[in-house]
Amino acid sequence: MNIIDRRLNPQGKSLANRQRFLRRAKEQVVKAVRDASGKRGIQDIENGEKVTIAAGGVREPSFHRAAQGGVRDYVVPGNKEYVEGDTIQRPDGGGGGRGSEGSADGEGEDEFRFVLSRDEFLDIFLEDLELPDLVKQKVKQSESHTLTRAGYSVSGSPANLNLVRTMRNSLSRRIALKRPKRDEIRELEEMLREAEEAGEDATQIQALREQLEHIVLRSRRIPFIDPIDVRYNRFETVPKPIAQAVMFCLMDVSGSMTEHMKDLAKRFFMLLYLFLRRRYRSVDIVFIRHTHEAKEVDEETFFYSTETGGTVVSTALEEMQKVVQERYPHNEWNIYAAQASDGDNMSSDNAKSATLLRDVILPMCQYFAYIEVAAEHNMGLSALGRETELWRTYKQVQSPERPLAMRRVRSRREIFPVFRELFAREKAGA
Amino acid sequence: MTAVITRPEALLYDGVEWDYDKIKRVYDAIEHIALKEMGLDVYPNQIEVITAEQMLDAYSSIGMPLMYKHWSFGKHFARDEMMYRKGYRGLAYEIVINSSPCISYIMEENTMTMQTLVIAHAAFGHNHFFKNNQLFQQWTDAQGILDYLEFAKTYIAHCEERYGHAAVERVLDAAHALMSQGVHKYPKKRSDLRTEQRRERERQEYQDQTFNDLWRTVPKTAAGPRPAKSVSERKKLLGLPEENILYFLEKKAPRLEHWQRELLRIVRHISQYFYPQKQTKVMNEGCATYVHYQIMSRLHETGQISEGAFLEFLHSHTSVVFQPEFDDKRFSGLNPYAVGFAMMQDIARIAEKPTDEDRQWFPDLAGRGDGMAAVREAWANFRDESFILQYLSPHLMRKLKLFSVRDDAEDPYLLVDHIHNERGYRDIRKKLARQYDLGYLEPDIQIVDVDLAGDRKLILQHRVTNGVLLDESDAKAVLRHIANLWGYEVQLIEVSAISEAILKEHAVTAPSGIGVG
Repeated sequence: MNIIDRRLNPQGKSLANRQRFLRRAKEQVVKAVRDASGKRGIQDIENGEKVTIAAGGVREPSFHRAAQGGVRDYVVPGNKEYVEGDTIQRPDGGGGGRGSEGSADGEGEDEFRFVLSRDEFLDIFLEDLELPDLVKQKVKQSESHTLTRAGYSVSGSPANLNLVRTMRNSLSRRIALKRPKRDEIRELEEMLREAEEAGEDATQIQALREQLEHIVLRSRRIPFIDPIDVRYNRFETVPKPIAQAVMFCLMDVSGSMTEHMKDLAKRFFMLLYLFLRRRYRSVDIVFIRHTHEAKEVDEETFFYSTETGGTVVSTALEEMQKVVQERYPHNEWNIYAAQASDGDNMSSDNAKSATLLRDVILPMCQYFAYIEVAAEHNMGLSALGRETELWRTYKQVQSPERPLAMRRVRSRREIFPVFRELFAREKAGA
Repeated sequence: MTAVITRPEALLYDGVEWDYDKIKRVYDAIEHIALKEMGLDVYPNQIEVITAEQMLDAYSSIGMPLMYKHWSFGKHFARDEMMYRKGYRGLAYEIVINSSPCISYIMEENTMTMQTLVIAHAAFGHNHFFKNNQLFQQWTDAQGILDYLEFAKTYIAHCEERYGHAAVERVLDAAHALMSQGVHKYPKKRSDLRTEQRRERERQEYQDQTFNDLWRTVPKTAAGPRPAKSVSERKKLLGLPEENILYFLEKKAPRLEHWQRELLRIVRHISQYFYPQKQTKVMNEGCATYVHYQIMSRLHETGQISEGAFLEFLHSHTSVVFQPEFDDKRFSGLNPYAVGFAMMQDIARIAEKPTDEDRQWFPDLAGRGDGMAAVREAWANFRDESFILQYLSPHLMRKLKLFSVRDDAEDPYLLVDHIHNERGYRDIRKKLARQYDLGYLEPDIQIVDVDLAGDRKLILQHRVTNGVLLDESDAKAVLRHIANLWGYEVQLIEVSAISEAILKEHAVTAPSGIGVG
C-alpha cells in the first residue's frame, strides 16, 4: 500500500475549466451581473455575487426520453395498503416525482446558480470600460524616470563592468592573435632548464632561450585583457508611467441637495472609485464639499452631515487646486475629479468657476466628470430644456480637447449606464 | 463446534484523530481480513489524502485525477461548490478510481473511524469489484487509463493551442452530447489504451511522411453522377446500422480533420471506460458496502476497534443504506447502496441458512454453505440487471415491500399492477431488473442510412418502446451537434418498435459555413 499526501498539491485544478465556463456563459453572466448590480447597493458591490443564469446557453443536451407521455413502469419500496389492481391518484407533476426515472435524471433545471468571486464579478461589471486617453497623458506628463538595461557599451563605470562579455571578447582576441598560452611558456622553460642541466651545447640552449624570450615578449605584447575587450552594461533612462491616482470628489451640500441627490452622487463616486482601483495600485480619495465655502472633509462628513448656506462652486475648485498644490503634484499623480451638484450656483460666481475650471483644474486633470443630479420627481425640467446655471457655465468650457464630461442623472437606474457611457472603450474624448 | 475466537488484540487506534501510523496499522489489519478471511482479490492500493477543496475538484472532473479541460467541468464545479459552501450538500467521504494501482481518495477532515471505513469500502470493496467483475475485465483497462488520460489531456491542450479554443470546444461539446451513444455495447476487440496512444502517434507520423503536395494538382475525376449503389450494399459499406454514433462519425464523417476525429475517439474511449460503472451501480455499491460491513464487524469482534468507533461506524453505515419509502419526503428512487447491501446479505443468508421458499427459488444456491464464496461469484459474473433477475428473492421483496406501478399517460390514475405476493414476485423482479437495464433505459438510437448519392443526409432512427418519445428540445440540440460534425443535413425518425409506424420526425439542416473546420 502506498499512502500519499496530496494536500499540498496545487489547488484550484479546475480554475481553467471555470474560466472556460465563464467565457462560455459570458453573455448570460454579464446580463445577470448587470441585473444584480441594479438591485443592490454600491457599497457591497465589491463582494462576490451569487448569480443565476438561464441554463440555456450552458445546457448539455443528450438524447433522453421525454418526461411525459407513454407507458412507464416503476418498482418502488414501502407498500403499505395497496393490493393488485388498486389505482392511485396521479401525483402533481404528472408522475414525474415517482420512481427513479422521472425526476432523478432530470437535467430539467431552468436556471443555473453559482457564485462569482469578487474579482470575476468586477471584471464583468467593469468590462469594456477604459480610462480615456490614459496612455498619452501618462507619457506626456510623467517626469519620473527609471533605469532599464539597454545592451552594452564600451564605456562606463567600473561598477557596471560586464565580466562575461569582457572575458568573451578577450578570449576571442587572444585566440585570434595566437597569444602563447601559459602552458607553452612553462614547457619551454622546462626544456631550457633540462637542457642546461644536461649541459647540452650552447647553440641549442641559445636557440631555446631566444624562443622563450620571443614568446614571453609576444605574450606581453598581446595583453590578457585589452581595453578594447572591455564592455559595460548600458542603462537607459525611460520615463516611468505614473501609477498612482488621486480622486477628488466634489459635492454641493447646500440645502437644495436632497438625500436622494446625495445618494445618486455617492453611487457615482463609488463606481468611479472601484473603477480606478482596478487600474491603479493605490488610489487616494479627497472629499471636498462646498456650500458658499469649501472644505476638505472625511467620507462620513462628506456624505452624511448637512450644512446650510449658499452655493459657490468656485470655492470647491479653489480648494481642490490648493490640495493638489500641497499634496498631489500633478506631474506625479493621475488626477481624476468627479463633481456632483444639483446645478445651482450663485450667478455672480459663474464666470469665476468657468475660468478656474478651464485654466487651472482641467489642465491638471486626467478626467473631470460633472454629474448633475436631479430629484426623481423632477422629470419634466430638463426635458423642457431648461439648463441649470452650472450646466450652462460648464458647457461653455467644454470642448473636444478638454477632458470634461457632463451628464445628468435622475434615478439610481441611470447611474450605471451613465458611468458606462463616460468610460466606454473607443469613445474618444468622452 | 467450537468457534475459534481470535485472540483479542489491542485497539488499532483510539480517538478521532488520524495519522499515518494509525492508517498503516488499520490498513494491515483490514488487508488481513479482506484477503485471508474473505478471499478478496485486489489491485495494489494507493491511498491519497486530499482536502475538501480537492475533493470538489475531483468531483468536477468526473472523479478522475486528471482530465482534459472543458467548460462543462467548470459548470459542475461551480454548482457543486455552491451547494457545498451553502451547506445544501455534503461531500462524498471517498472517491475511488478503477485503475491499477487502485487510487482511493480520503479526506483530511474524516475521523479515524471514517478513514477505516473508507479504506474497507473503497480500497477493498470497490477495488475487488473492479478487478473481478467480468464487465470491468472486458471493457476497461485499469493499467492504461491514467496514462491515456494524461495523453488525452495534453493532446487536447495541444489542439487548443493549435486550432483555437472555440474549434476544440465545438467538437468536444458535440462529442459530450453523444457520450451515451458512444459505446460499443457488444465487445469487438479488447481496447488497450496504451496502444491507442501509440497508434495515434503512428497515424500522425504516417500522414506526415506520406504527404505529397502533388496529389493536390491531380485533376479531379469528372463530377458525373456515380452509379447509385443498392441500399443494402451501401449500408454494408458504411457498416450500418450503427448504434455507436461517435464511432461512426469518427470513422465516416466526410469533413472532419484528423485531430477532430481524434477528439471524438478520446471522448468515446472515456465513455466506454465508464460504461461498466453505469451498469453496475447496485452491485458495485452493494459489494463495497457489504465488504466494509463485514470488515468493520470483524474488527469489532476481534477487539481491534473500540465500541465507540463501532457505534460511529454503525451510524454512518445505517445512513448510507437507508431506504426511504415511496411516500416519504426524502424518497428519490431506490438507493443502490440499500438494495445492493440487502441483496448481498440475502445471498449469504440463502447460501448458509435457507428457508424452504429459498430452496424452491434458488435450488443451486440454497444451503450450499460459504456465503462469502456465493457472493464473490455473483460479483464476478453479473451486472445489475442480470444480478437482480438472478438473485432478488421473495424474502427481500417482502422486506422492502416492493410493488410496481404502471403509469400510462392516457389513464387518469396510476395502476398498482403487482405487489409483493406470490403472483407478483416474478413480475416485480423482472420490472426491477429492467429498471437497471441500460439497454432499456437509454433510448435505442441508431444510424440507419446515409444518402451518399444525393445530399449526404444522415438518417437516424429511434425505436420507441412504450410510446415514450425523446425529449424534443434536447433531441434537437443533439442533432445540431451531430450536424456540426457530419457537415450535412441530419434527420431523426422516431418509429414505434412494435408497429414500425413513424411517430415523429426531427431534422436539422446542414450547418452554415464550412463544416466544423
